[in-house]
Amino acid sequence: MKTFLLPEFTIERRDERCIRCRVCERQCSQEGHYYDEELDTMFHREEVCVGCQRCVVFCPTNALVVRPHPSEYRPNANWTREKLQDLKKQAETGGVILTGSGNDKPYRIYWDHLVLNASQVTNPSIDPLREPMELRTFLGRKPDMLDIEISDEDVEIKSDLYPNLMIETPIVFSAMSYGAISYTAFKSLAMAAKEFGTLFNTGEGGLPKDMREKYGSNAIVQVASGRFGVDPEYLNVSAAVEIKIGQGAKPGIGGHLPGEKVSVNISETRMIPEGTDALSPAPQHDIYSIEDLSMLIYALKEATNYEKPVSVKIAAVHNVAAIASGIVRAGADIVAIDGLRGGTGAAPKIIRDNVGIPIELALAAVDKRLRDEGIRNKCSILIAGGIRCSGDVIKAIALGADAVYIGSPALIAMGCTLCQKCYTGKCAWGICTQDPYLTKRLNPEIASRRLVNLLRGWSHEIKEMLGGMGINAIESLRGNRDHLRGVGLEEWELNVLGVKGAGE
Amino acid sequence: MSSSMKFTLRDMFLGGVRPIDKIIDHIKIEGENATIDASGLKHKEVNDLLRYAALKKVKKVNLRNVCGQRYIGTRLHIPNPCPKLEIYIEGIPGNDLGAFLDGHRIIVHGNAQDGVGNTMDDGEIVVHGRAGDVVAMSMRGGKIFIRDNVGYRTAIHMKEYVGKIPVLVIGGTAQDFFGEYMAGGIVILLGLNLKKKERHKAHYIGTGMHGGVIYLRGKVEDYQLGKEVGILQLDEDDWKIIDQYVGEYSEHFKADKEKIMDGEFIKLVPVSRRPYGKIYAY
Repeated sequence: MKTFLLPEFTIERRDERCIRCRVCERQCSQEGHYYDEELDTMFHREEVCVGCQRCVVFCPTNALVVRPHPSEYRPNANWTREKLQDLKKQAETGGVILTGSGNDKPYRIYWDHLVLNASQVTNPSIDPLREPMELRTFLGRKPDMLDIEISDEDVEIKSDLYPNLMIETPIVFSAMSYGAISYTAFKSLAMAAKEFGTLFNTGEGGLPKDMREKYGSNAIVQVASGRFGVDPEYLNVSAAVEIKIGQGAKPGIGGHLPGEKVSVNISETRMIPEGTDALSPAPQHDIYSIEDLSMLIYALKEATNYEKPVSVKIAAVHNVAAIASGIVRAGADIVAIDGLRGGTGAAPKIIRDNVGIPIELALAAVDKRLRDEGIRNKCSILIAGGIRCSGDVIKAIALGADAVYIGSPALIAMGCTLCQKCYTGKCAWGICTQDPYLTKRLNPEIASRRLVNLLRGWSHEIKEMLGGMGINAIESLRGNRDHLRGVGLEEWELNVLGVKGAGE
Repeated sequence: MSSSMKFTLRDMFLGGVRPIDKIIDHIKIEGENATIDASGLKHKEVNDLLRYAALKKVKKVNLRNVCGQRYIGTRLHIPNPCPKLEIYIEGIPGNDLGAFLDGHRIIVHGNAQDGVGNTMDDGEIVVHGRAGDVVAMSMRGGKIFIRDNVGYRTAIHMKEYVGKIPVLVIGGTAQDFFGEYMAGGIVILLGLNLKKKERHKAHYIGTGMHGGVIYLRGKVEDYQLGKEVGILQLDEDDWKIIDQYVGEYSEHFKADKEKIMDGEFIKLVPVSRRPYGKIYAY
């Protein structure tokens, strides 16, 4: 069928700069560039271009420009170009439109409507370069009260303590499975987490055997509806176990890892036959209620000898506060909430763009509800989906998060440009692909360095902002909404967020 | 009452759990054998004693007076060299019997509840009675034998990898969504308690199935099958598999193997390893 789609991107080649080195041809995983020997000229096919900018970055003479295709339909505020193109694509295929990474629609980004406080006159600010500043964070259940015994010079804690995770900065890498991302990308995350003293999350793809001993203690291992790669050793080498109920990019549905991505190594890690679709059912079929969730939480605690915190990850949806309360009552040590803008390797676009609520509102609602019910100490709150910079991190903590998950920022640090074509398995940056020609582009030694740099940079910035507020420990900012003010928000939004308007 | 009243949190699992020295009189160890009296013990206490026994190098445990305690056998992932246990249960074990089971053997003299062998890794579970819903959910290895009927969504998302193939044999019949999403493994449904000409109970058999095989003895109509499965006649290799596991079933439950093998079997396999490969627009 003749396609009626317009190309998404245009490729401009400044021929006077082009030296025919054919780097663009080799770098493009979509076969967008080709060389004609007779004419000694480079040509391109712009209809296959996804705008990932790989060729532009690697062109040694800066001869290439790739930008959104200038062809436009008659301007129409209702029927946007994207709506028209999607509709035409479906008319040609009859399929469900897939996409990758997070929701790109202009929903209000609440981080950009919240501003932070700083000390002036009445309270001195602190300089983190010369004074102690604590970002260390403990994730897990805290006791209702602490019973201590003081004898001579010794202080002893008498209360039973629950297993907690210690991380050096309140930033953890989000769940991205080996299968969704390449082995090299997966390993880069593990290496960076270990080096910096934080955690990575295996997603629902298992933990390769060769990584268990070295990186297990920095891994949050996921147990999701497909139970891929879940064995007693996997659970017991981990730092913590996470039950995945939902994902911000696709609340309410499961995942399909297409058979062509299930290579020999992935089939071994997931323990499924090579080449079959890895289907994660929409629900976990042993969980139809809070009581059932409780059953799985304690099954995992039993399986790990009560040595690991158990996290439950949900997508942020309408009654998130009540659901989170149920999760805590069910025995979870960590509640992880993934918001409307959370990323994915593949999701139906209609779901990614229309289902769920913004993480800022969900976080504020959950934190408030758990405090009102007197059970906030029983869990830590981890949030995901929509963190872009250290400013977002510190605002999330002031709204009540214990720590944040970062997925897209980690991928961007490794090279991702959010072209949203993760589901094609042809990532030219070697991140979201299983093609060995592409994955070897990502060197874990270098990629993990980029990730550690990111964590270091953000952590410094968080310390500077904390110091500015006159606070010397991240603990003191947690849920401390007095340090936030809203700008340009409606009254109902301020109420849900629990913050005052600026100037108040 | 003030509006700031705090809700209390009732801990259904750990509330009232006693330390092991307070319940130690529930266990008697003689050499490699142990007897545990489960009466009045909580889920965790039963498993505390089982783990205690395993660490004392016990090989065989008689677990008496079991009444609804969950997760029996789940907390027995003990790094080597620890022997695998044989656990004989008298009574009715609770949900998630042998969940994540790490190679141990469990024999139940009584019925079992939901979630038998949930995400089980290896070992064997034999139930002299019936079992509830989601038996063998996401099972990855080992064997389960259930003498009578099972509930809904049995064998859901069972999987396999190369030589590690889980096996589930059921003597009676099953409820709906039997073998849903199956990604691997061998399931044998014998229908021994069905009357002559009575068909199996389940609908949506093998819906979403994309791996593994179901051998079904007895009558089933086409409309009871999910659209992702196809019916095949058995070949020689299939008969070998059935012969082996029906043999084991008959040994466990003292059944008449010849009579079972005389019945009519069909083989259900997925029509595609990629049932949903074509629903997306790339």
